[in-house]
Order: sequence, then structure tokens, then C-alpha cells
Amino acid sequence: MSGPLARRLRVFRRNKLAVVGITILGLLILFCFVGPLVYHTEQTLTSLANSKLGPGVDGHPLGTDDLGYDLLGRLMLGGQTSLIIGLAAGLLATLIGTLWGTVAGYAGGWVDAVMMRIVDAGIAIPALFLLVVAAAIATPSVPMLILVIGFVSWLVPARLMRAESIALRSRAYVESMKVMGGGSVRAIGKHIIPNAIGTVIVNVTFQIADAVLLVAYVSFLGLGIPPPAANWGGMLSDGLTYAHDGAWWLILPPGLLIVMTVCAFNFIGDGLRDAFDVRFEGR
Amino acid sequence: MRLGFAQAIRKGTNHEGDLCAYCCTGRTAWGCGVARFLFWRVVQAVVVIFVVTVVVFFLLHQIPGGPARGILGIQATEDQIQAFEHEQGFDQPVPIQYLHYLGRLLQGDLGESFQLNQSVADLIGQRLPKTLVLTVLSTLVALLVAIPLGVWQAVRRNRPTDYLLSALTLLIYSTPVFLVGFVFIIVFAINAAWFPVEAPQADTLGGIFADSQALVLPVLTGAGVVLAVFSRYLRSSVVDNLDEDYVRTARAKGASETRIVTRHVLKNSLTSLVAMLGYYLPVLFSGALVTEKLFNYPGMGLLFWNAAQTSDFPILLGVVLVISLATVTGSLLADVAQALIDPRTRRVKA
Repeated sequence: MSGPLARRLRVFRRNKLAVVGITILGLLILFCFVGPLVYHTEQTLTSLANSKLGPGVDGHPLGTDDLGYDLLGRLMLGGQTSLIIGLAAGLLATLIGTLWGTVAGYAGGWVDAVMMRIVDAGIAIPALFLLVVAAAIATPSVPMLILVIGFVSWLVPARLMRAESIALRSRAYVESMKVMGGGSVRAIGKHIIPNAIGTVIVNVTFQIADAVLLVAYVSFLGLGIPPPAANWGGMLSDGLTYAHDGAWWLILPPGLLIVMTVCAFNFIGDGLRDAFDVRFEGR
Repeated sequence: MRLGFAQAIRKGTNHEGDLCAYCCTGRTAWGCGVARFLFWRVVQAVVVIFVVTVVVFFLLHQIPGGPARGILGIQATEDQIQAFEHEQGFDQPVPIQYLHYLGRLLQGDLGESFQLNQSVADLIGQRLPKTLVLTVLSTLVALLVAIPLGVWQAVRRNRPTDYLLSALTLLIYSTPVFLVGFVFIIVFAINAAWFPVEAPQADTLGGIFADSQALVLPVLTGAGVVLAVFSRYLRSSVVDNLDEDYVRTARAKGASETRIVTRHVLKNSLTSLVAMLGYYLPVLFSGALVTEKLFNYPGMGLLFWNAAQTSDFPILLGVVLVISLATVTGSLLADVAQALIDPRTRRVKA
């Protein structure tokens, strides 16, 4: 095989950490989405008589939480929420940021100045604080968290894509297409975004990692999705309340899964960055 | 959360023909002198502050029950609300209302807290210094560790120790801050009993410093937020700088590797780190929010968190506004400092 795609795949595969990242991610997805089909547990009705059982007690491999839910089953259920929010919010943020940044960079002049000052203002307002305000206005749900996280984290991709767009808009192939009568939409959709796709793809992975962390922080601040729904961040912060009493099994597994997910996406992102030869962000 | 774009700014558009994005005058960036740069950078900051106030004003109108309900409280009657809306001009067109809001802001009026029977400006005035103590100390600790770490990794790049430290910093980055802080509490406060579980509770700054032992764990936790980012940034910045022509020249002139790093490279890398610090203020404040909640530290973050529990919107929006203003000011100062130190940054702006 040859061609750019095959070459990128080769570079990506040569990065051992990236392969590790993909493997971890694959296993996590299997665990969360296929696991419940194999391992059936009650995750809606509480069972206070079985509250905070240790690992291995009464057929609960990882024990139970304060409400008596089986922890292993809950980790699968919570992982679905965490991964769905992370993926969807990361994709949404990148989509908004890509369009915004590309248009701003392509248009230039005052349009660019106005659009980028809006980005600057967004960056000045800390995302976590905005999320808390949003959660105080409306009760959090999965779609709401996706929307809000997406809308607070599109700013970095917007900046990156603006720089790409400025660099690409004066390339000969874009110029000649314009001479032949091609419009701005065609220039952006057919030439600028496809040529900057590396930046977009690499950024998505980092956005997803950050979204997973943001969900955890919101849950810690007590503004996560209310039960019986679960997510790793919520399980972790709920577990903190009981870990003082020695219930370490309530925080170790969800904490580990969050760290693994974020690391996996960062590994994949680093691998993709090498594959696409994208130079950005000091990481 | 991650704003590693300072690097992108340096890398992205480093061509002579680029326009100076600050002045929109169409002249190339090389044509912009210091004074012009400073002027347009300040104008930019003012525009950004304006946009921030519009966003907060918009949020004020999203409060359940509207701003009148927001200011008068849950128990206000319908008549009171109408009277208030007329008095405050809330029955006027939205742009006029915005001007009134802006006028109040200029007088330092951020509204009254629903629950605490105090003006939001006073509350923030009491709490902000404590949060600043926490963030400044955390940042200093993070820099103290991150700078030697990043430089050492860059000098010994692509060796086992570098990989190990990179993995370690990524691990710290990937761990939620509250989990790091919680482990600190379990290990150092409960098991070892070296430090108290709770942060200093004193009302005054002097009282907080007097209880310095209780400050250790919150500061370390806060440092964990940015330590990983700073050291990774510095590592790649030093690595990039080591490839530059001036380093080759210095080597050719016989400068030792130590001298090259300490006298040449570090100067450039630290300058860009300073600029990045300004842009990382939102992350630092977010870290303070989490740390203050975990350790019950009576700063602005805890004020904000308590307000979120009681839906005290004037406090929530007041804090958002103050933090945003602090960020805009901080990044302005950082950019200006960088521009004055390093003339190359004046011509590039993504």
C-alpha cells in the first residue's frame, strides 16, 4: 500500500503509545457497551441492605456503592455516559471551532477581528464556571452537558483553524479556484478544511479527553447528572464521601478508568499528530 | 481547559508578509512598532471586556424568573416585580437595559446576594484576595518544579528518563484535581497527620498566613493543576529553541551546553511561558474553585460554589464577570510584557 493515508497509518502504528491508546480505548468501549450484555446487574432500584459491600462479597466482584448498586455493573453504565458525553461534546466543540476559525481566517479584516474577539472573550470566561452557572439554571442531563461542554470548549480549535485558514487561503490552488469563479463556500469546504484536516482530527482527540475531565469536575461540584443515571466522575466524587471510612473500592476503579480514558485519548492524539505532522500545542 | 495555543501563535504564522492582527490597517506586521502594538492590544482588551459583559448580561436574562425575580428574590409578589421592573427599566428595550447594566457595572455595582444580605461587590472584595493568595502560591510552586523539570527533559530528550517524566506529567494531567487533593488528604493529613485536613479558616489574610501549615495541601493541590501543563510546554519550547539558528551560532562560538541553555534558550522559553501564564488564568481559577471546595478554603471559589447550591445568581454572575476581567487584564499584561522583552512576538499574532 502507498499513498498518504497508508503512510499516515504506518507512522501512527510505529508510535507504540498510540497503539496502546487505541487498544485501551477499544477495551473501554467493549467494557462499557458490550459488558452489560454479558454481566447483568440491577442499576435502577436501590438496595440499601447491600450498601457498601466490599469487593467479592455476595457475588459483587468490585463490591457495591452507598446505594447498594453493584459497582462493576455501575462502572459499565457510568462509562457509557462518560464516553458518550466526551465523544459528542468533543466532536461538537471541534465542529463549531473549525467552522468559526476557518471562516474568520478566510474572511480576514474586520469580520476576522470581530469573530476572534468573541473567541477571546469566551476564553476569558472559565469553562468550569460557565458550566456551573448553566447547571444552576437547568438540571443537567446528558444532552444538556454535551451542548454546554461543546459550546464552552470550541475556542481552542477556532484559534488553531484560523491560523490554518490564513496560511491556506493565499495558496495558489485556492487563488486559482477563485479566479475560475469558485465561491467562498467552495474554497472553505473543498480546499481549506480538507487541507487542514490533520489539525482538526488531532484536536478532536484532545477535546474528548478534556470533555471527560470536565464532566468529572462538574460532578465533583455536585452539579452532575442526578441518579439513577451514573457517570465515572459522579461515581468518583460520590465515592470520596465514603472513602474516608476505608471504602477505597468506591474511588479507585472510577478514578482509574477516568485516568485511563484521558491518557488513551492523549496517546492517540500524539500519534495522530505525528501521522499528520501537525505542529501545535506545547504538549 | 487546555490553551496551548501560545505555541501555535509562534509556530503558525511566522512569515514576514503576515498582517498584524491587532490593527486591521492592512499593513504588514513588520510595520507595527511598539507603541502601535500596545495601543491596539489595549483596544483589543477593551473590546473583549465589552463582549464579556454582553455574555454575562445575556446569562442574567436566562435566570429562571428573569432578572427582577433574580434581584428581588423568590418571595417577591407580582406587583413588586412589576414595580421593580418599571423602576429598573426592565420594561424598556433590551439595548437600553444593557446600557443601564453597563452603567451600574462602571459604578462597581454587581447587585445584591439573595441569601447573604450583602452586596456582591463587597463579598467578592472579601474573598478575592484569599483566592489570589492560593493561586499565586500554587503557580509559584508549579513553576518552581516545572521549569527545572521541563528544561532537564528537553536537554535529555528522547531518553528513558524523558519518556518516564513525560508519562508521569501526562498521568498528573489526566487525574482529576480533586482526586489528587483527596489522596493528599488521606496520605498526609489523615494517615501521617502532618497537615490539617482543612484549609485555613481565618477571616483576614494575616490569619491565613499565620496558619501556614494548613495552606500546604491546598497549594500543592492547586499546583498539580498546572504543573503538568507548564513542564510539558517548557519541554517542547526548549526543544524547539535548541533547533534555532542562534543556538547553532552559540555552539559554533564554543559556548558550553549549559551556557547555551541557561543564557540563550531559557530566556526565550521563559518569555513565552510568561505569555502563556496570562492565558492560563481561567485554568488557575477553575483549579481554585475545585481546590477551595475540597479543602473548604474560604475564597471566591467556595463563595461561587455555595452560591451555586443556593441558586444565588447575582453572586454566580458577579464572580464570572470578575474572573473574566482578571483574565483579560492578566493576558494583556502578559502579552505586553512579552512584547517588550521579545520584539519578535510583536510581529506575529494568530
